[in-house]
Amino acid sequence: MTDKPHLDEEALAELRDVMEDEFDVLIQTYLADSRDRIRSLRDALKTSDSDAFAKTAHSFKGSCINIGAPRLGELCLKAEMAGKGSRLEEAPGLLDDIDREFQEVIERLEELPG
Amino acid sequence: MDDSTASYNGPLRILIADDSDSDRLILKTLLTRLGHEVLDVANGLDAVSTFQREAPDLVLLDALMPIMDGMEAARQIRLLAGERLVPLIFLTSLSEAGALAHCLDAGGDDFLGKPYNRIIIEAKIKAFNRMRLMHQALSDQRDLIRERNRQLTEEQEIAKRVFDNVAHSGCLDASNIRYHASPQSIFNGDVLFASPRPAGGMLVFVGDFTGHGLPAAIGAMPIAEIFYGMVNKGFNGQDVLREINQKLKRILPTGMFCCGAMIEADFKLNQIQIWNGGLPDGWLIRPSGAHLALPSRHLPLGILSPDQFNAELERVVAGPGDRVLMMTDGFLESADRDGRVFGEKGVMETLDQLGADDHPFDAMMSAIHQLTGNPEDGDDLTLFCLEMAAEGGLATLPDRVEPSALAGPAEWRCTYEIRGQTLGEFSPLPLLLHICMEVPGLRRKSGEIYTLLAELYNNALEHGILALPSEWKHSPEGFGRYYQERNRRLLDVEGHYIRFTLQHSLKPEGGRLCVVCEDSGPGFDFQSYLSTAPDSAAASNRRYAGRGLGLLSRLAETIRFHGQGNHVEIVYKWQLARTAEKRDD
Repeated sequence: MTDKPHLDEEALAELRDVMEDEFDVLIQTYLADSRDRIRSLRDALKTSDSDAFAKTAHSFKGSCINIGAPRLGELCLKAEMAGKGSRLEEAPGLLDDIDREFQEVIERLEELPG
Repeated sequence: MDDSTASYNGPLRILIADDSDSDRLILKTLLTRLGHEVLDVANGLDAVSTFQREAPDLVLLDALMPIMDGMEAARQIRLLAGERLVPLIFLTSLSEAGALAHCLDAGGDDFLGKPYNRIIIEAKIKAFNRMRLMHQALSDQRDLIRERNRQLTEEQEIAKRVFDNVAHSGCLDASNIRYHASPQSIFNGDVLFASPRPAGGMLVFVGDFTGHGLPAAIGAMPIAEIFYGMVNKGFNGQDVLREINQKLKRILPTGMFCCGAMIEADFKLNQIQIWNGGLPDGWLIRPSGAHLALPSRHLPLGILSPDQFNAELERVVAGPGDRVLMMTDGFLESADRDGRVFGEKGVMETLDQLGADDHPFDAMMSAIHQLTGNPEDGDDLTLFCLEMAAEGGLATLPDRVEPSALAGPAEWRCTYEIRGQTLGEFSPLPLLLHICMEVPGLRRKSGEIYTLLAELYNNALEHGILALPSEWKHSPEGFGRYYQERNRRLLDVEGHYIRFTLQHSLKPEGGRLCVVCEDSGPGFDFQSYLSTAPDSAAASNRRYAGRGLGLLSRLAETIRFHGQGNHVEIVYKWQLARTAEKRDD
């Protein structure tokens, strides 16, 4: 499937360096943002809006890459492609993968030294 | 320019538009840490309104955003920015070439990919800031140049208009004058003045200033003032030249001067007097087509100091139908498409081919147009032609001064006497005329007053003191002899004098000017002169010969001789404007 790591340690280290005291705020913002995105993906799936599904997945992908969660970003890309290709039948499986990977990311981020 | 350099590495105001809160937070923190002022919004619509309100220096736009996406926001921001260069950088994780090109089509300048890289962001912002500043400096300078140029053109046009107002108040429209002057709205350095002289005849000045435009117009302005002012007061060409030279020498910077020619035409004596300093040869053209060069014999005006300056005019006999042709350098420098100039050769050829019916002015103009191929081309030249004519045939020139209310001196008397060597060096006429012109009622009569004063003065000097026989003037050979002898005898006038006594008083219907002219000469037998008819042939060979006394008796109310005839008294009466019309007929 995908061999990208759950977290990009290097990117996170750089972000910590840039954000200094605000690193925790950034992580919390990302997590809250991501929950919103996942909810939006489900809503789009419910209404069979493949365009909205693709756009949300695209934006989600961007913030995952920026924060240093490449594997989750990779899953978002797949979701974006499915949306663009109007292949929403793949969406439920992808959403489950995204949910699972997001939990993985939360746990790993919490394990980071504060 | 200095301001831009100062803010080269200064903080920028940067607008970020991204709907992802975490991405926006990262970018905002990053840019704030770099020292920039950051404005952040979450959609395209807010981006446009914030741009309009805050006028940021640089915009970072996410391509995909709710409400209004980055592409549309970019288009609107470009529109709002107008001429201002505001770098637009798209934030994107797009990787498809088509989608990226689409961003640039919408007005984007570059992309910034995710994940963000601090070093690349900093480098790109610096690079775009440099571009922005350079653009700013360029447009500022372009605006400055455009404004300066507009200002310059406007100033030149104003200068030309002012100059035209000052310069073209003369008698260039007289029927015996033809001229061509540049119609350009920018002053080309050529000047042309013509004015009737109070005593009759005309004075003309053709000039060519070094340089064009504003500096030349400024230099030329006082020339026009001097010329018209002095001619009206009765000064002759020599006086005017001396004054112009002295003025220009004083006001013009080194290297700036005025080539020019002064022509004094006397239609009664059938002569012209000319001074040419630096202009191309002038020409005297007879009705037969025969022509005589009037070359430059002096340095241009504004070079020599007053004591080195020679303002002596050269006398040339010129009768009715003879024409004087003058031109500026621009005329000789006119060239055809291949750069071949008209030159002196062109002038000579044109003159040599003149037929008896050809007007030299028309012949010259058509030769130039034939050469340049286009009448509008290189129209930077002046050509002037004056025809000798019987003065009576000329259109009457309007009174230069409006009749004004009865103010100024009314009751006065003055005596002015010049003695010895001064008789040969100084003409009291402008001064005496000036005194009379203080009386408003006399101002309209400046020509007549001048003629009276000049006749009295010339008779007193040339016949009374110098005892010159006027009949010499009737033949070309005698003419030269007359003036030679005049100059010689003027060297020996020690002990002699001419005394003018002017007395003016008001009358109910106007005024009365009494002029007494006395000289130290031996006088003449006025009794026997007066017994013959004033206009008879016999009288014309007497001391008050020719038109002299005829003129006096026509203009003056009474003429009386006293003593041995070296004491003449005339009375001149003027009437208020309303009734004066009748008298003028």
